[in-house]
Amino acid sequence: MATALFGDSVKRTEDPRLITGRGKYVDDIRLTGMTHMAFVRSPYAHANIRSVDTSAAANAPGVLTVFTGADLQEQLGGLPVAWLLPDLKQPPHPPLAYETVRYVGDAVAVVVADTAYQAADAAELVDVDYEILPAIVNAEAATKDGAPQLHSEAENNIAWDWNISGGDYDEAIKDPDVIVIKQRIVNQRLIPNSMETRGVVADFDSGRGNLTLYTSTQIPHFVKLLYSLVTGHPEQKIRVVAPDVGGGFGSKISIYAEEIVCGIVSKQLGRPVKWIESRSEAYIATTHGRDHITDVEIAGKKDGEIVGIKVDVYANIGAYLSTFAPLVPTWLFGLMLGGVYKMPNVVCRVWGVFTNTTPVDAYRGAGRPEATFLLERMVSRFAQEIGRDPIAVRRKNMLASHKNGRAVTTGVMYDSGDYKGNLNKALEIFDYRGFRSEQRAARRAGKLLGVGISTYIEITGAAPSAVASSLGAQAGLWESSNVRVHPTGKITVYTGSSPHGQGHETTLAQLVSSELGVPMEDVEVLHGDTDQGPFGVGTFGSRSLSVGGAALFNSLGKIKAKAHTLAAHLLESDPKFVTFEGGSFAVEDIPDKSMTFQEVAGAAYGAANLPPGMEPGLEEISFFDPTNFTWPFGTHICVVEIDEDTGQVSLVRYVAVDDVGNVLNPMIVDGMVHGGVAQGIGQALTEQAVYTDDGQLLSGSLMDYALPSADMFPMLEVDRTVTPSPVNPLGVKGAGECGTIAASPAVMNAVIDALAHLGVKHMDMPATSEKVWRAIRDAKETQRAARAAARRS
Amino acid sequence: MVTSNFDYFAPTTLDEATSLLSRYRGEAKVLAGGHSLIPMMKLRLAEPTVLVDIGKIDGLSYVREDGDGVAIGSMTTYRELETSSLVKSRYPLLADAASKVADLQVRNRGTIGGSLAHSDPAGDLPAVVLAIGGSVVARTRRSSREISIDRFQVDLLTTALHDNEIITEIKLPALPSGTGTAYSKFHNPASHYAITGVAAVITVSGGTCTEARIAVTGAGDKATRARRTERILKGKELTPAVIRRAASRAAAEVQDTLNDDIFASAEYRTHLTQVHAQRAIEEAAAAAG
Ligand SMILES: Cc1cc2nc3c(=O)[nH]c(=O)nc-3n(C[C@H](O)[C@H](O)[C@H](O)COP(=O)(O)OP(=O)(O)OC[C@H]3O[C@@H](n4cnc5c(N)ncnc54)[C@H](O)[C@@H]3O)c2cc1C
Repeated sequence: MATALFGDSVKRTEDPRLITGRGKYVDDIRLTGMTHMAFVRSPYAHANIRSVDTSAAANAPGVLTVFTGADLQEQLGGLPVAWLLPDLKQPPHPPLAYETVRYVGDAVAVVVADTAYQAADAAELVDVDYEILPAIVNAEAATKDGAPQLHSEAENNIAWDWNISGGDYDEAIKDPDVIVIKQRIVNQRLIPNSMETRGVVADFDSGRGNLTLYTSTQIPHFVKLLYSLVTGHPEQKIRVVAPDVGGGFGSKISIYAEEIVCGIVSKQLGRPVKWIESRSEAYIATTHGRDHITDVEIAGKKDGEIVGIKVDVYANIGAYLSTFAPLVPTWLFGLMLGGVYKMPNVVCRVWGVFTNTTPVDAYRGAGRPEATFLLERMVSRFAQEIGRDPIAVRRKNMLASHKNGRAVTTGVMYDSGDYKGNLNKALEIFDYRGFRSEQRAARRAGKLLGVGISTYIEITGAAPSAVASSLGAQAGLWESSNVRVHPTGKITVYTGSSPHGQGHETTLAQLVSSELGVPMEDVEVLHGDTDQGPFGVGTFGSRSLSVGGAALFNSLGKIKAKAHTLAAHLLESDPKFVTFEGGSFAVEDIPDKSMTFQEVAGAAYGAANLPPGMEPGLEEISFFDPTNFTWPFGTHICVVEIDEDTGQVSLVRYVAVDDVGNVLNPMIVDGMVHGGVAQGIGQALTEQAVYTDDGQLLSGSLMDYALPSADMFPMLEVDRTVTPSPVNPLGVKGAGECGTIAASPAVMNAVIDALAHLGVKHMDMPATSEKVWRAIRDAKETQRAARAAARRS
Repeated sequence: MVTSNFDYFAPTTLDEATSLLSRYRGEAKVLAGGHSLIPMMKLRLAEPTVLVDIGKIDGLSYVREDGDGVAIGSMTTYRELETSSLVKSRYPLLADAASKVADLQVRNRGTIGGSLAHSDPAGDLPAVVLAIGGSVVARTRRSSREISIDRFQVDLLTTALHDNEIITEIKLPALPSGTGTAYSKFHNPASHYAITGVAAVITVSGGTCTEARIAVTGAGDKATRARRTERILKGKELTPAVIRRAASRAAAEVQDTLNDDIFASAEYRTHLTQVHAQRAIEEAAAAAG
């Protein structure tokens, strides 16, 4: 049976293999003659390398070879950046450090041995003589005179000074009716923690000179291209395979040192090389996310009208520029500062700052969570200051609904939206009035209950390539697809997007099934192997369906058109009178004149009777480049209860009403929202990367880095409104990140709401028990002091 | 992270196991559930060259009546404790504490013997057994001894156990009638170990508290009796005021070794210990009445 295009919750076809241990991840790849590599990493955040003594390691059991940064310096270019900003400082980023190490985890040497254990043992024997230098981890402090300098190219550690503005904020706040509320907000550093850590198998075929690189990545085609640019290895002699990939969350959209080094070493040794990142290693060697120190101002009038927002950000980018580091805290952040509001004036300035920490790049939401958190927190804060309901203030400032393009202050064009309609639906599900009376009763009974809301919008579906290029992208961001119909009518699809948990195999097969009227079982969806299909871009920024799915839709359109022409020819009818329904071509009004899709496919390959000029075969490729991004939006409402004695925050209710345009598989979208919300809640309540002042990561394991766990969550109440996007043929928008973006401010607004009557106005994330306990204690102390003062006077 | 090299033995009798420990004394470690030892080995904080896995020895996993009290085999898992009707009826706090250890996967592997022998400063069972009282039975190749639980936890990750001894059993005494128990835990959001955990075993007779054993874990370097708290409770009617005052002294004994980390400062831990002491005492007192 074919599926419907929209609304069919088909169970994920990839799950049986993934949950019964039959997936194939990088570590499952075992090749003849395989060797194993371990990296020697700096234990210091900042040091000069005086010397590296590899002799003990080289003589250890099973060791085949040891390379230091100096050994490979000649063959290794620096790691590239895929997004440029005006006057961006790009200090060299050697895959293996040879003069200076700049963060704990910076790789200095590799050991290759017969087994992974031997390699790990021998790596401990590499003796590096370090001259320890002063380190800096705080992005604001790093810009001050006298701070330790990481790179001579970047004065005061500043990689960029970027700004955008719209309207005239300074003028707007001159109005005597306007009040300005200022707040410093720290958006803490997070550590992505995909279930599968990174890993690489490099297999150089010395006969043909071809290199195959298996790597746990979100961007196999870019890895191929960038590997070629960095090493000079010809691109046609590189095959990159991303097999099953166990999560990425943005941390696998970079080209990494390990990919380059494994390839080079395999070529030198003439044997396959495997490196599998340990969890502890992942904490320091895989990119982190967020880490903004922000000074924000929101300006508005007593009646609730918001007139503008002004933001200054120190964005911590770690020790080196990771592949997309310049993009995330700038465009993906600044463009979102108007939110779903009229917001006539926006000013934003962002300094990208090098520090002695792990490089920072995209992490689920990438830039938008940071912007949305600021905005949604400050809108609620503004409401609190002027003594109005946060929902009333939102409603007053919200953009009107629109179906096809709404230009906003930050200079972008939202594609479609019905923000108030969405808000109304969420409020109806939640019963806001009912809650407020429950809250009053709870307060009388001494309970701390709070509600928080966020009405977000975000940017997905990167990207119109010309727009991206004008903003600094160094590559096109379209997507590709290939549909190959076999002579039996079975279908193989290749998508250039690269799933790592999103369920593309199901959703895309559903798309094919519904379009061609064939059973899903007849469709094989391939991805992640650069030899199997056209160049593709990959999966990030919630783009796979709105860009990759659209490319597939267009390929299917070409297939249908050709099959239609051929069917009409074989049925000896004018194509006008041939219909295609339920997988079969039929001539209108002539019941027995019909052909199945499979029969047409057979005829296309048999080629015995093709219309004049038609080529044999049935296979099509499409590249889709959208005209705009897509802009999902929604309303999340959260209720928390706080244990006054301990400060512990418990989630009581969570309502998420998102609008991601049309929905192919609701179950998969629900799953995306669940996971996203969980990650957003993790940021709000538990997660934080903690560095000591000298750059040691204290939260460097799952025992020290508090990921949220299932027992924290109430049943998530997930619903949707549907406002189709006009910018792709499916009318879909991205759904992968909205949960994360919306959740953190909703939860923090709830925490503050629970404490608002005590006078609490702001708290940085995460709202750990201790932080909340202290806030309650301090607020009560302030209240007591105020009462005492009142009594005295 | 991978462990350093080691030899692995899986004896099927206690005699074999204790002989191996004697033969490789100083180099060997007992492997029970492996949920503390193996992580330490992977981080190379422990590098034993010999592991003696006692999981293949029959007869170390049981909960049974033993005279007036109850005996628990050292290889009994948290999951078995949490679901044992004998434990639930005789020592409800033990079943409850076991159910609050980490997650099901950990509880299916971790053992009471391993928990006591490891003496993690944030482990749950050391405090619970300390509050119940009783003893640890330890065997070498030649002999066997009983170590009172009050003398068992010595220091951070250190017990009175010798390195050639294997814990075979934990003996718990009968609790007098009129006894109520409770375990109140505040867990670390990352590891789920105790940031603080307070175990209370309280006997009430004729309206006054005749016996109180209160033990604290998580706050200091090892599970510790809160003797000042106990003294305040004993001989008194357990009014809210008495309980509050007693709880306020719960962290007194661990004052000098208070943990201070990214999840809880020493000050906050002290406060949490008081809060959870109060909750545990209230609940145990209510159950005793
Ligand atoms: C993710 C995770 C979360 C955890 N959360 C908690 C928690 O919330 N609360 C908690 O209390 N614990 C927690 N633990 C620890 C867990 O409870 C361990 O299982 C326990 O501490 C040790 O028991 P084991 O049987 O695994 O011992 P092992 O790890 O096998 O051994 C630990 C130590 O005890 C010694 N040993 C073990 N058995 C004996 C014996 N019979 N005689 C002599 N020596 C012996 C070993 O030589 C070793 O030194 C957690 C562990 C993990 C991995």
